[in-house]
Amino acid sequence: MADLKIEAVSMTFSLPNGSTIEALKDISLEIAQGELVSVLGPSGCGKTTLLNILAGFLAPTGGQIRLGKTEVTGPDRARGMVFQQGALFEWMSVAKNVGFGPRMAGRPRAEIDARVEGLLQSVGLQGFGDKAVYELSGGMQQRVALARCLANDPDVILMDEPLGALDALTREKMQGLVLKLWKETGKTIVLITHSVEEALLLGERLIVMAPRPGRIHAEYRLPFAARGVGEDLRMVKRLPEFGERRDEILSMIWEMEEEIMGKAEAPV
Amino acid sequence: MTLLLIYIALLATIWALTAWLSTRIRSRDGMAARKTVTFGDESAIRPSRVASVASVAVVFLIWAAFTGSSWTFIHAPADWQMRPIWLPPPENVWFRLLDIAANGYRNFTLWEHLSISIWRVFTGFFFGALIGIPLGFAMGLNSFLRGWFDPIVEFMRPVPPLALIPLVIIWYGIDEKAKIILLFLAALWIMAIAARSGVAGVKLSKVHAAYSLGASKWQLLRHVIMPNALPDIFTGARVAMGVCWGTVVAAELVAAEKGAGFTIMVASRFMQTDIVLMGIILIGVIGYSIDVAMRMLERWLVPWKGRG
Ligand SMILES: Nc1ncnc2c1ncn2[C@@H]1O[C@H](COP(=O)(O)OP(=O)(O)O)[C@@H](O)[C@H]1O
Ligand SMILES: [Mg+2]
Repeated sequence: MADLKIEAVSMTFSLPNGSTIEALKDISLEIAQGELVSVLGPSGCGKTTLLNILAGFLAPTGGQIRLGKTEVTGPDRARGMVFQQGALFEWMSVAKNVGFGPRMAGRPRAEIDARVEGLLQSVGLQGFGDKAVYELSGGMQQRVALARCLANDPDVILMDEPLGALDALTREKMQGLVLKLWKETGKTIVLITHSVEEALLLGERLIVMAPRPGRIHAEYRLPFAARGVGEDLRMVKRLPEFGERRDEILSMIWEMEEEIMGKAEAPV
Repeated sequence: MTLLLIYIALLATIWALTAWLSTRIRSRDGMAARKTVTFGDESAIRPSRVASVASVAVVFLIWAAFTGSSWTFIHAPADWQMRPIWLPPPENVWFRLLDIAANGYRNFTLWEHLSISIWRVFTGFFFGALIGIPLGFAMGLNSFLRGWFDPIVEFMRPVPPLALIPLVIIWYGIDEKAKIILLFLAALWIMAIAARSGVAGVKLSKVHAAYSLGASKWQLLRHVIMPNALPDIFTGARVAMGVCWGTVVAAELVAAEKGAGFTIMVASRFMQTDIVLMGIILIGVIGYSIDVAMRMLERWLVPWKGRG
């Protein structure tokens, strides 16, 4: 089983001026295969840093990451990434973008074409294969990014605020798509977001992080993702439990931000 | 001085005339016409075609009027007329062009003079790009090589290629090789810097995406970094082409036995002002054409420029 294990991971950045930033301190977390975990927290609490470590772009200063039995030491095709925006290759058509991974792996042409076709279908972009990516809207570009990631059949999909740059309506549709793809493919997904609603809607599990040093502040198991699959997400949002949870977490983050502000404003 | 005043007067008259005409004729057309704020809104500023055509016409008109040209009815007073040895009328230049196109100049046809200059530019540029682009890539991808080549490139960048002519002549004489090397040096640094900034401009998220999709270093270079740098390389190529064209003309002024610059240099020695003017106009036209061609090539080859 390719469970994702985060074992006592710390990350301390040393700045050129000699000071240090504890971006992450002693984070431990186990994510089972097929789980959808959302990560929430005020900006600067180390979410992106954590994701970069999971992807293998950064080596933590303490602890380790393991996927199944293998230790993560660098990026590879087992862990795909979906970025907020601007990570598509605009010199390639939509289809070429989606087929990038299999093409790099030297898969046969026919197989790549078939897979790309199928994925464009799943993300609702059938017929867009020959378009240039810069001709697409932001929401469609994120569909391409999702398809490109899935084309490689990774064990884990890491998403860093993938819907953060989209308008509210598009975002809602894309949330439904993420849930649908998760259910269809059974992938492990780690999704970073700064929208409390999105974190609640999509996460089976929700990790709330706190800053300075970046650490896990609270953890929830949530029923909404399972119910949201194939359903109108607005129905889910109207559930009384959903509202309660949202208010609870919102005030938790409020407090955290108040505290940060307080620290920043306190006289030295 | 009088000339400048006449020029400004013509500009103002034609401006007023077109402004008056456009309020009468094109009172309702297009989005730009519906904008009430245009002064300061750069997007509402389009080069007026009428103004461009009129501008060229005015230059020729003044030229013709002050040189006693038979192509115009308007003439400046006799004591303001230029002597042909200072400034020949446009028709002289035109007929000289036809003459040289048919009979050649100084043992070579007009086409040979022009094509040798163009050939020199392209050869020099080609080798400059051939070395400069990989050099820029190396500087963009490796700390040691960046450190090693930075002082050289940064030192050579502000040295105008013309300043190298004496040295190149001392080392390589005045033959073909010397000119190619000069142009090579003119293009080299520009292309190296363009390629370096193209590499530096790649978004980290693209690099990360490629690696986590399983790309190797070589594949990253080939499929991400190189295409990502192409727009910058093209911008550099346009600049380099312009600099090379200017440099080749200057180099031919100093030492050559054929070429566009050679033509005007020899002509000036014999006070053949019409040939000098013809040469200058041809040099301008060719330089401009090269730039237009590069821009078309750019639009065709890197349509994604600025769309990331
Ligand atoms: N490469 C880096 N060098 C120095 N400090 C960094 C670096 N990357 C992130 N940080 C710092 O680490 C902290 C966490 O950053 P980040 O992970 O981007 O937070 P988030 O994504 O939650 O907003 C911030 O204080 C940030 O300034
Ligand atoms: Mg972040």
